[in-house]
Amino acid sequence: MADCNETLRELEAFLDGELSDDGRHAIHAHLDGCNDCLQAFDFQAELRTVIAAKCRNDEIPPSLLTRIQQCFHDDFDDGATR
Amino acid sequence: MQYASQLYSAALRMTRNASDAEDLVQETYLRAYRSYQSFEEGTNLRAWLFRIMTNQYINTYRAKQRRPQESDLGDVEDLYLYRRLGNLGTLSRSAEDTLFELFTDDEVKTALEELPEVFRVPVLLADVEGFSYKEIAEMTDVPIGTVMSRLHRGRKAMHKKLYDFAERRGLVAAGDDEQVREPTNG
Repeated sequence: MADCNETLRELEAFLDGELSDDGRHAIHAHLDGCNDCLQAFDFQAELRTVIAAKCRNDEIPPSLLTRIQQCFHDDFDDGATR
Repeated sequence: MQYASQLYSAALRMTRNASDAEDLVQETYLRAYRSYQSFEEGTNLRAWLFRIMTNQYINTYRAKQRRPQESDLGDVEDLYLYRRLGNLGTLSRSAEDTLFELFTDDEVKTALEELPEVFRVPVLLADVEGFSYKEIAEMTDVPIGTVMSRLHRGRKAMHKKLYDFAERRGLVAAGDDEQVREPTNG
């Protein structure tokens, strides 16, 4: 099983969803038995949630939306995701 | 237009002013429209739009910078914020609620926006927009290993800035090293 230092080294890649299945399982196995690391992982995950929420809440000016819409004859991005 | 609002928030973080952000988003849509035939059906439209915008931002604004700012970040220890604030949420509330109230929206935005561009853009694309290392490497045109090291350094510097904001407002005791958690040892 991975020790604390190895686990903490993988913290970012784990939260970024960039570990292999084996790597993820090793982290989970360690966190199941190590409250110190679990707290650190939880804290970093929650910090990231807060940062994301606070950095993407700007309201787009209606005038900008209008200008963009005027550039197009039709709504290309709504059509593309259907 | 379903991504316009996300693009605008991200453009504000990149350019750091509303007028440039509006120009950047409008230019992104114009370019996307013009090159729409190169968009492959079934691939990720959101990632494609962010890629266009990131390219546009880097090409337009990097030219204005005198030099790369790789060395401008001080070295910050790992888990900097956790070692100082990790105790805050343990009584009755989650760390998420505590952190959400501890920092204002403006402080978090500023902490990100004050990072030099080579760190700011990957941190924005990963931590705010949730793109993968591979997607960020393509958007910023650097190797994946570079993305990872810039994320690592950029995040630490951003977290330290957040701590400095909290300290400045007296929300945490200044320079009280006794409250710093000991690193855990294997």
